[in-house]
Amino acid sequence: MASISIALSKGRIYDETAPLLARVGIRPKENPETSRKLVIATNRRDLRLIIVRASDTPTYVQRGGADLGIAGRDVLVEHGGEGLYQPVDLGIAACRMVVAVPKGFDYERVVRQGARLRVATKYVKTTREHFAAKGVHVDLIRLYGSMELAPLTGLADAIVDLVATGRTLRANDLVAVEEIMPVSARLIVNQAALKLKSSQLRPLVDAFARAARGRR
Amino acid sequence: MGAELKVRWVLPEYIEDILPAEAARIERLRRAILDLFAAHGYELVIPPLLEYMDSLLTGTGHDLDVRTFKVVDQLSGRMMGIRADITPQVARIDAHLLNRKGVTRLCYCGSVLHTRPANPGATREPIQIGAEIYGHAGVEADLEMQRLLWKSLELTAVRGARVDIGHVAVFRSIVRKAKVGAELEAALFEALQSKDRPALRQLGKTLDSATRNALQLLPDLYGGIEVLAAAEKKLPKLPELARALATLRALARRCPIPLSFDLAELRGYHYHSGVVFDAYCEGVPGAVARGGRYDEVGAAFGRSRPATGFSIDLRSLAGAVRAPAPRPRRK
Repeated sequence: MASISIALSKGRIYDETAPLLARVGIRPKENPETSRKLVIATNRRDLRLIIVRASDTPTYVQRGGADLGIAGRDVLVEHGGEGLYQPVDLGIAACRMVVAVPKGFDYERVVRQGARLRVATKYVKTTREHFAAKGVHVDLIRLYGSMELAPLTGLADAIVDLVATGRTLRANDLVAVEEIMPVSARLIVNQAALKLKSSQLRPLVDAFARAARGRR
Repeated sequence: MGAELKVRWVLPEYIEDILPAEAARIERLRRAILDLFAAHGYELVIPPLLEYMDSLLTGTGHDLDVRTFKVVDQLSGRMMGIRADITPQVARIDAHLLNRKGVTRLCYCGSVLHTRPANPGATREPIQIGAEIYGHAGVEADLEMQRLLWKSLELTAVRGARVDIGHVAVFRSIVRKAKVGAELEAALFEALQSKDRPALRQLGKTLDSATRNALQLLPDLYGGIEVLAAAEKKLPKLPELARALATLRALARRCPIPLSFDLAELRGYHYHSGVVFDAYCEGVPGAVARGGRYDEVGAAFGRSRPATGFSIDLRSLAGAVRAPAPRPRRK
């Protein structure tokens, strides 16, 4: 039997996937959060987990480095999702991708005026497409973390980032002014793998779909 | 050697030299496959490397346009494209130049150029080898193409090859029945290509419940022959759809090759008109060969001819081949 790999990232994705894995009948032999291993064996001999950075998950699955993956919709949209199946919304790691500005910044007016907006984000592609669809010119500033700092230091007028509770925004005097999309984690599948290892992958995909439905 | 000198001979991204061992393997494959085509009565044509954009893109849709490198012809001032796909060129040859009445079988082999890799990490200069039948609308022609594709793959000793087939009329008949607008159709199409059921649900909100249910079913309709029975039972009873399923069933009955079905598979939807198929094999992350029926392309050249065919990316196939291709057998 061919071996199957599932790519996922540590942190929130793993924490919220763990109960789903259990429901699907997959028990990792080690805890990825504490183990330093990047390839984790499971109770199923034909199945292993590979631990990647969240933003790398689609790349691994797309190029066949893993057959399945669990990735946030933010990461998928930014990546483009080309060559991937994304059949199941797992409904976990839910949050929103928003545009946020400093309190008192008149976002509506600036957008209406057609001014050029400086936007800091790590979602460069998604942000470019969002503002292009609105007909707003933007200068994008690519940052890798702590987005909230950009408007506070005068680096940018606005940020595009994920918001779960909104606490970080509030702590830094920012307000969300526009939602770009709701985000939750998806099960993604390599297209060729689904054709070639159909007998192994399909039951898994269906089991994840059932487990996700059961959660709701 | 200075750094500057080294940089000078660096090739563009996704463009590469083919070195002796690989070149020998590709050439052996090329000869073996062309011999096979010739033995089955396919005549070789060699279309030009570039031609005017107007003729290059006729009837093929937007995807090919953005994948085509363009240059301005210094003689005429017109825009030319370096071919990104040989199939439309061969369709043009059949429609305009040969002008034969009966069935025409043509084959070709040559490099094409893509502005960006067709699959992640793929070369931008695939070597495309393929065969086409013009002038036969029946399932027999589709069957002949699939057998020929299978024989081509057999020559290469790739492992675990299988052909995955679908039919564009399945999706097309459903959206036509519901009179879906072009923009929504494009969005639904995209969602279906990635089996993105949540997006399909979202997009289908404005549609009637029968259409919505059908669209929700499509991503799941993949697998073995049982898919056809499920489709016949669950999908709306539309004449065009029923004909499409009957065609797939006829293919399945008479095809000696490992087949699987995917009714959401719509690659080339914009110019294909009937059966579409992809061949997969172990060791290649994407499809190694693709094909299908494209009856309407000839119409764009002023002469409507039924057409069906396939093409193989010789380089990715050679990459998947573990053992060297067998030399042609001597008697």
